[in-house]
Amino acid sequence: MVDASAIKGKRKKTTSVRLEVKPTELPDAPPIDTKYFTIYLANPLNSGESTTLEVLYVFTHFLEPFPAEIAQSESQLVFYHDTALILSPYHIKQQTTFIKTPSTKVESFIRMEPTNRVGTEIKYGPYEDRPPYSISPIHVHFENNSPFAVVEELVQEIEISHWGNIQVTEHYKLVHAGARHKGVFSRVDYQSRQSSNGASSFRYLLARLPPRVHSVYYRDEIGNISSSHLRTDSLKSELEIEPRYPLFGGWKATFVIGYGLPLQDFLFESSDDKRYLNFTFGCPLIGMVVDKLTIKVGLVE
Amino acid sequence: MATMPASASDLLKSFKLKTKQQELLIRVSILCLVYILAFITRLFSVLRYESMIHEFDPYFNYRTTLYLTENGFYDFWNWFDYESWYPLGRIVGGTLYPGLMVTAVLIYRILRFLRFAVHIREVCVLTAPFFASNTTLVAYFFGKEIWDSGAGLVAAILIAVCPGYISRSVAGSYDNEGVAIFALLFTFYVFVKAVNTGSLAWSLASAFGYFYMVSAWGGYVFIINLIPLYVLVLLITGRYSMRLYVAYNCMYILGMLLAMQIRFVGFQHVQSGEHMAAMGVFFLMQVFYFLDWVKHMLSDTKLFQAFLRITVTSAVAVGGIALGLGMVSGYISPWTGRFYSLLDPTYAKDHIPIIASVSEHQPTAWSSFMFDFHILLFLFPAGLYFCFKRLSDATIFIVMYGLTSMYFAGVMVRLILVATPAVCLISAIAVSATVKNLTVLLRSKNKVVQTGSTKGSGGSKSSSKALLDQSQPFQKNGAIALLFGAFYLLSRYATHCTWVTSEAYSSPSIVLAARGAHGNRVIFDDYREAYFWLRQNTPQDAKVMSWWDYGYQITAMGNRTVIVDNNTWNNTHIATVGRAMSSYEDEAIEIIRSLDVDYVLVVFGGVTGYSSDDINKIGGGVFPVIKEPDYLVNGEYRVDKGAAPKMLNCLMYKLCYYRFGEMMTEYGKPPGYDRARGVEIGNKDVKLEHLEEAFTTSNWIILRKDNASFQWCLSLGIVDLALATNQNFLETELLTLFQAT
Repeated sequence: MVDASAIKGKRKKTTSVRLEVKPTELPDAPPIDTKYFTIYLANPLNSGESTTLEVLYVFTHFLEPFPAEIAQSESQLVFYHDTALILSPYHIKQQTTFIKTPSTKVESFIRMEPTNRVGTEIKYGPYEDRPPYSISPIHVHFENNSPFAVVEELVQEIEISHWGNIQVTEHYKLVHAGARHKGVFSRVDYQSRQSSNGASSFRYLLARLPPRVHSVYYRDEIGNISSSHLRTDSLKSELEIEPRYPLFGGWKATFVIGYGLPLQDFLFESSDDKRYLNFTFGCPLIGMVVDKLTIKVGLVE
Repeated sequence: MATMPASASDLLKSFKLKTKQQELLIRVSILCLVYILAFITRLFSVLRYESMIHEFDPYFNYRTTLYLTENGFYDFWNWFDYESWYPLGRIVGGTLYPGLMVTAVLIYRILRFLRFAVHIREVCVLTAPFFASNTTLVAYFFGKEIWDSGAGLVAAILIAVCPGYISRSVAGSYDNEGVAIFALLFTFYVFVKAVNTGSLAWSLASAFGYFYMVSAWGGYVFIINLIPLYVLVLLITGRYSMRLYVAYNCMYILGMLLAMQIRFVGFQHVQSGEHMAAMGVFFLMQVFYFLDWVKHMLSDTKLFQAFLRITVTSAVAVGGIALGLGMVSGYISPWTGRFYSLLDPTYAKDHIPIIASVSEHQPTAWSSFMFDFHILLFLFPAGLYFCFKRLSDATIFIVMYGLTSMYFAGVMVRLILVATPAVCLISAIAVSATVKNLTVLLRSKNKVVQTGSTKGSGGSKSSSKALLDQSQPFQKNGAIALLFGAFYLLSRYATHCTWVTSEAYSSPSIVLAARGAHGNRVIFDDYREAYFWLRQNTPQDAKVMSWWDYGYQITAMGNRTVIVDNNTWNNTHIATVGRAMSSYEDEAIEIIRSLDVDYVLVVFGGVTGYSSDDINKIGGGVFPVIKEPDYLVNGEYRVDKGAAPKMLNCLMYKLCYYRFGEMMTEYGKPPGYDRARGVEIGNKDVKLEHLEEAFTTSNWIILRKDNASFQWCLSLGIVDLALATNQNFLETELLTLFQAT
């Protein structure tokens, strides 16, 4: 039920104390494909005491486009599958689940009384006194036209030069992972009726690069792509790029972004004559899921 | 203390160069500057656009070079390409001149060896400018050989910036001609050197130069015909010598053997009519040698005369019979159409329409001569005059080269390129000789004035000298005026060349640039948008049908199989595509299915006003079913309401104007206004039954698919850019496309 491959666990208290989270196995759990995480509390909880936990977890590839193929003029509908009760090895005394949708357009949702929908919010519960491992599957079918941009593969090459430069080259394989495009692509409609056409497609991507970036390029196998803009200030650099064509569901694009950075911003020298590179790796593109990330660091000889 | 300044002045003296050394220094530094100039003047396109391959053919060359770097020489040699000419394929290794690719890969390997981490694309882009620089050096030595070092220097400068040569050698125009002109000039130079010296080493070098030329470009036929012609002229004018004998025989035999190693050329040197002149002259040389020997042995002149008559007649007869037998038995192939069309400008129009249809095979207009040569056009006859005044083996050669190539340049636009080196060299002779005469006049005058003033009272001058003294002030002023005139002309030439290079010859033609309404630069990158879409979003084995012009680009950038491409070796196949494009949709779909086509690509410029799009290429079919008059009204080509019904309903028209009728292209004009042709289209309600639009680029390059199989077409045009007002852009584009293919 839960696509466990990309679960990330983080946890905060109201005073924002981060707690340790580790994946575990529960041998006596029911045989469903589930991953469990143990949260280690900062102080042991004595009997009678209570604490408030805030848990944040992120899923990728979780929304299922339905219908799986849409035409240019249609907007994209997706299914969200979940359970109204949290899957928990503990007894649940009381639970309320809120589901927020990006727009008010909701095709359908499963009712699990008490259920209430107001605007962009669907409220399940409160449910009381449920046993461990109890589930009550729900799904919500709603409109979601936010770009389903997925980087299938990202290869990031970081080359350190002793001439005071770091050269970063990033090879992207981008795909629109939403509902597949079906039928014609009409440029007339796309350009003249932009509000109702190609709503699920996307044209622009934004990359947030470190400050003091220089020699930025954006190209692919067949040459430079002229549609990009770079804005720099002292805190960050923003690179707005546009693939050669708008991406509809299932369409792919590959491209390369490269940039140079001053070495002194990232290389530090320790007292024992060793040098450390402090570089944040990962995808600089905002709102992007990366399925496979390879990082190569080239050091000086 | 007294010795110190003395030693210092000694030191200064030792630094001071002698006149000869000074001259050498100046010459070398000028050559270095010219070398650099020739390179950087060709970089406009890289600075304006990017380091990319231009035009059409270079994309094939680039693709093969890439293959060569990745798979090595033997795989390259045996490469069978499935991605073009579907379903026939193409034996690439046996149907191309590998010189260019091998050169680029060699440079690439050397750079890699020297630890320069370059991409092969950069090497390909800069190959042509690099060879252009080398050509200037060869031009210098050639000029020095036929006239003097001054003429050599001027020739180097002229050829470095001559538009006729730049048109084919800007950075990114990775085509055979780029290296071939170097090879051509080098071969000629070394051959003339061999004739002048009679040295076996130089003629060996010319054989290798010829080999390189054969490996690089089909234009080698010009060499193998010009050199025999030159030898023949020397024989007729009684300039036969042992030097000539050594130079020609060595060059011909070795050059022929070496050329046979190129698979595409093979045994043509002994089997094709185009190469027979060289062989005939070779045998003639032997007859001459034999006669010379007999003359030496026989002291009786009368006997020799008789012998001469018999030998010459019998030799000519034997040669004629051999040639006739070879022709009849089919061992020697007759001249090809392309060769005929060179000799007779009207031939192609009647017999090979596909050659005639290419714009660069048209007879040259005067304006393009002026455009490509500028003042050289006037200097050329002057140079010829100087050459005739000082006839030698070398000047005869350059005169013949100049005259023949000038004729060919008149027949075909693209052959201006071949004429350019000759024109530059001959003009250089004119410039150099004139300037030299004038300066000599000026200098001698000064001397005469001096001597006249000091010894004038002596009165021991001859009358002629006195006369000279009298006309002196006018002569001097005239010389100065002429010198200034010459320099003014040369500076105009330099300005013109730079202007032409930057305006006309430095556009990649794949990316188009224009000025927008606010003076900002707008880039049209639709070709690559479409090719990249094909590459990413179609099945790996999709077949694309398009007009043959785009074949190379689709295979190289789109990485998809094409039906026809720029290597127009199979006219029937091309005609089939043309027939599909110009038939009604029902008939076209049959052809399309039979060719197993998935996508159709159409370039359409009605939205942007890009006039060299596909709809202009309709008609002129090779199939008898397609009659050009069906598409014309009163011999005129139209797309508006008055157009021929067949035109309004053919596949090409439908693909281009699909849904165009509802589009506003220009303010104040009705919807469906075609900006490339300046008319409102005649058929606004285009319905496609079998094809479906698959993709259209932002400036309209359209794609369609059919219910059973996909297809697409591609058209060009951004909706709201004020381009129609921009005449400059259109003209530039036209010029480039004129040069293109």
